[in-house]
Amino acid sequence: MTEPARHAGSDLSGRVAVVTGGTRGIGLATAQALAQAGATVVVTGRDGDRAAAVAKELGPAAASYPLDVTDFDAVGTVFRTIAADHGHVDAVVANAGVLEDALLGMIRAELVDRMVATNLSGTLATVQAAARVMMRQKSGSIVVLASIVGEAGSAGQTAYAASKAAVATIARSAAKELGPRGIRVNAVAPGLIRTAMIAHLPEELVQTRIANTSLRRLGEADDVARAIRFLVSDDAAFITGQVLGVDGGLIL
Amino acid sequence: MSVASRLSTVFVDALELSDDVDVEQLKYRGIDKWDSLGHMTLVAAIEDEFGVQLDTEQVIDMSSFQVALEMLEGMGVHD
Repeated sequence: MTEPARHAGSDLSGRVAVVTGGTRGIGLATAQALAQAGATVVVTGRDGDRAAAVAKELGPAAASYPLDVTDFDAVGTVFRTIAADHGHVDAVVANAGVLEDALLGMIRAELVDRMVATNLSGTLATVQAAARVMMRQKSGSIVVLASIVGEAGSAGQTAYAASKAAVATIARSAAKELGPRGIRVNAVAPGLIRTAMIAHLPEELVQTRIANTSLRRLGEADDVARAIRFLVSDDAAFITGQVLGVDGGLIL
Repeated sequence: MSVASRLSTVFVDALELSDDVDVEQLKYRGIDKWDSLGHMTLVAAIEDEFGVQLDTEQVIDMSSFQVALEMLEGMGVHD
């Protein structure tokens, strides 16, 4: 299949884009979409070998770094290294996240800690590190991964939903702080997307969710990746502080 | 040029200060231009000028010109 022609606004040639948690699911699809748009893509992941394999698949310009975003200091160090190695960082997708379901009465403190450590603290650390690099350039675009459940709530996902609501708030607040420095920050809020993170869901629940989706299908990782590609591109040059639902019209 | 002089130049350039500002007496939020946004610009400029990397604690603790100077000296930056 022939790759569709890119118009100037969506062309990411010459841009360096970092995708955290870029080894699978939405992160992997995003890394691929950004590479196809011409960006030099840097993939990070807890599994350094897997991140390296993904970078190899993306092409000779791609790179990888092992990174656990729950290590606040390590995030800063890796971003400084990326900036030193590549000269600049133009787009950052703070995608790394974890999902664990638990009904309200069955939430252990450790589960909350895990949600907060990766989804909230990890995203915040990534935005902070990205901002420190981008401030030098006075330009850049950051996209964080929120969720429809963070916007609408979801039974059995109180801790996860709360952590994702926090992610959306990070985007809104950071956009206000960084806008005067030429840095845009937005969030995407995916609905039910066909990835390994939902493989544990009962088929009956999946079918119910599909029935409650206007477009009557599950989302694909590529659906989210294309939205992210738009947000980091010049086509979205006047968009910041927004939470873009990519949910097919799902009503929870 | 001494570290203090270089640092003073960094402050003037990063915070876009006028000539009549007593740079060496500056404190964080002591003037409008050294607000939280100006602080991050200043941190980036100091890192670039002196080839150092400030960690988060140092960024938070850098509350005045003098503290910044002492911080640099503590990191091995000398005249």
